[in-house]
Amino acid sequence: MPKHTFRLNGEQVTVDVADEERLLWVLRDVLGVTGPKYGCGINVCKACTSHLNGRAVNPCAVPVGALKPTDEITTIEGLADTVDTDLHPMQQAWLDLDVAQCGYCQPGQIMAAVALVRRVAEENRDITEADLDGIRNICRCGTYPRIRAAIRAGAAKM
Amino acid sequence: MRNDGTAPREEPGPPDGPGRRRFLGYVLAAPTLVAAAELAPASRAAAADIPSPEITELLDLNDVMTAAALPTSGLIRVEVHEDGTVSFALPRAEVGQGITTPTSMLIAEELDVPVERVRVTLADARPELLFNQLTGASNTTISTYTPVRVAAAVARQRLLRAASAELGAAVGELTLRAGVVTAPTGRTVGIGALARQAAASRTEQASVDLKPRERFTVIGRPQNRVDALAAVTGRKKFTLDLDVPDARPAMVCRPPTINGRPGAVANLDEVRAMPGVTDVVVISTGVAVRAGTFGQCVDAVRALRVAWKPGTAEGKSDASVQKQLRAAELPMGLPPLTPSVEGEFTFAFRSNSALEPNCAIADVRPDRAEIWSSLKSPIVAQQTIAAQLRLPVGAVTVHVTEGGGSFGRKLFFDAALEAAEISQKTGKPVKLMWHRADDARQGRAHPMARSRVRIAYAGDTVLGYKQRHTSVATDLGHGLGELFTAMAAQLPVGDAAFAQTFFQLSQSMPYDFGANSRLLNETDKGFNTGSMRNVYSPDVTCARELMVDRLAARTGRDPYELRRRSLRDDRARAALEKVAEAGDWGRSMPAGTAQGIALHTEYHAVNAVLVEIDCRPETVNRPVRDGVTGPRVTKAVVAVDVGLTVNPRGLQAQMMGCLMDGIALTLTSGLHLRDGHFLEASWDNYFYTRQWNTPPELEIIVMPDTTGKPGGAGELGVAASMAAVACAYGRATGTMPTSFPINHDTLSFTPKPTVPPIPASPTDGLDHVR
Repeated sequence: MPKHTFRLNGEQVTVDVADEERLLWVLRDVLGVTGPKYGCGINVCKACTSHLNGRAVNPCAVPVGALKPTDEITTIEGLADTVDTDLHPMQQAWLDLDVAQCGYCQPGQIMAAVALVRRVAEENRDITEADLDGIRNICRCGTYPRIRAAIRAGAAKM
Repeated sequence: MRNDGTAPREEPGPPDGPGRRRFLGYVLAAPTLVAAAELAPASRAAAADIPSPEITELLDLNDVMTAAALPTSGLIRVEVHEDGTVSFALPRAEVGQGITTPTSMLIAEELDVPVERVRVTLADARPELLFNQLTGASNTTISTYTPVRVAAAVARQRLLRAASAELGAAVGELTLRAGVVTAPTGRTVGIGALARQAAASRTEQASVDLKPRERFTVIGRPQNRVDALAAVTGRKKFTLDLDVPDARPAMVCRPPTINGRPGAVANLDEVRAMPGVTDVVVISTGVAVRAGTFGQCVDAVRALRVAWKPGTAEGKSDASVQKQLRAAELPMGLPPLTPSVEGEFTFAFRSNSALEPNCAIADVRPDRAEIWSSLKSPIVAQQTIAAQLRLPVGAVTVHVTEGGGSFGRKLFFDAALEAAEISQKTGKPVKLMWHRADDARQGRAHPMARSRVRIAYAGDTVLGYKQRHTSVATDLGHGLGELFTAMAAQLPVGDAAFAQTFFQLSQSMPYDFGANSRLLNETDKGFNTGSMRNVYSPDVTCARELMVDRLAARTGRDPYELRRRSLRDDRARAALEKVAEAGDWGRSMPAGTAQGIALHTEYHAVNAVLVEIDCRPETVNRPVRDGVTGPRVTKAVVAVDVGLTVNPRGLQAQMMGCLMDGIALTLTSGLHLRDGHFLEASWDNYFYTRQWNTPPELEIIVMPDTTGKPGGAGELGVAASMAAVACAYGRATGTMPTSFPINHDTLSFTPKPTVPPIPASPTDGLDHVR
């Protein structure tokens, strides 16, 4: 089988899998990185949201063969290493506001939140209610209002 | 070491301390300190001879669950370790409702250790607990509140005695704070250093006082979840995240109709030769594949060519089931001679899928089996799996894992049973995952139901209330059935069937509406059903509250005032008044928008909800890709009274989730049954509340405790939320909604094919990076 190499949470990794194997299963089943969750497998629920070169990506919809060796994948496990503190400000905001219920969607929610804050910062504007309405990540426990509050709190410290 | 079973036994208070209550616990023989108590507190179960029209005031579901455990419950153990930590294996399932946090708080309170030093894990199936390892009916804190504290208090007592010897001071002179015992001399010793000395060499009974409420410093104060750090760092492990040796991914190719059966497979060998595939076996529910990755499983499932036999709902659709329900309706009786209002309501099938799909790990060997899954009824699961595998119950170990949501789904163990069958047939360990499409189409659903309500009145007086609820049969075969059977003789409901018993025990009537009768009838066992969060109450309450609004309109009264004056209970009235005040009931609002208010009582608790809704076209038609927008709840005010609140922050979280469920049940989420299968196969088909449906303004008020006893919370808020949204919608549009969810007649998505049963994995993820 072909070898694929890319950067994962700051390290170069190489895997021996088929081109079309989706990144989610490369992460979870081959590399044992289980922060990104399966919730639908068709890029709808967003539970697997991670970062590709700092932007939100859903590994369930990315064939590993589409990654370049220099592409940097960051999962929830690697998020804190992108800052100097023990936790990323968004994770800290999540703790401060006690956002998580069952926790299954939370890695994806946090990664989506960080990407959203970066995006609006690039657009030189503040987060709007419409931005928050536009987050598609499912939380079946329904902690949506705390997610919104935590994104605003986390954004203030990013 | 067992006492007579009424445990933790409460001793008569000492003569000098009226109201002081002593409880009996145990110290168990062990190298370090292990304190224990029996799980079930003395029941409030009640004399059946008290005349009351309200059975739920006499005895509700929680009392039955609590009472059922009395003669049989085993011990729960609080252990103190040499590193100064305290551990406790909770015989319940944590599925997001947050029960591990208040459990830690109870121990921290009674033992005077920091919450962070208490580790609560989930116990494996413990058959000796019989009925007492069922997580449901919002019963956990109600049933563990006293026993957990008793065990912790026994531990505290033993630690102080050991410290007394160590520090050379009388027990009464010692203080225990933050896990450290201090003598009057200032000398200190940590509980970790005492863990061995405080241990018992043989099991002994111990009698303890519990800390009085006025001295609580942990219980009743907001506490963040004990598993929050693990959740936000990705370290929290769910079933699919566990690394069990050789448990390779497995999925099942499922039939195109509900409970269809597999026939011949045309290309078994071809699929067995696909990349990564190790096994393909026909099982009772379909054709299972085991492979190196779930991606390879998806490809193999999609490649299988299976001849399918009919299922248990062949040819059925929403309309045909509705017709069955009408035919099964119990009669309302003759119309009253007085004026009355009457309504009929229909509730679609709904999915209780959690975000974590059905999943389980199974390692079945010839002589034993080991199962990992999030299970709310692990003992029933263990017994059923053992029977299927033809193994003795004791040869089957069932580990209860952290669950990624339940909403009723994890009362059942469909994936665990299936994983066991696959592991047995392949002779290898498997990690089974249902695809989302499987979970939506073959997973359990809350049954379709109809409710008819008639309220008779004369002037301002309500004379009678009748409700006839007719439902597709709800499967209660997860342990509650066994519990009711055992308790049947003691229940004041005669020999009614389980479902009717459950219905009568869970449905309250908070209003003084004269003679009232509420009855359930069920039909059609052909569907995979299970109760969804709050079981019958959301539909039953929604129908009732809409009819209260109609009565108010008919008699020219304000909906809030009518409710307030009709309530029989002070706690309910206080909660209703609180939301009316905080939500500014009756304020002037633009056309197309309105307020709605509703109330529900259950689990020894009260919930009132006021919402505002916007049904104006510019809101209803706001665009969202592949989503349902529709009316938006713009504001919600929730008041909750669960009696004694252990963790207000956790309670608010549960009310928030319940509100989101209620919004979905009224506005957006239902399953469409067509020709023997559900059309929904994705979260963009089944429209649970999404960010664009959430209320921008939300206030959740925890009412002061007036009872001193904890009530249930995990499901409490769904019914009043659903009803308040429905009432608001009716008042905003001028038309009372009668079919739920209100968008059910519009199909807002293109159904995915049923063969192959699961969609292909997309490849365009890089096009959507943002």
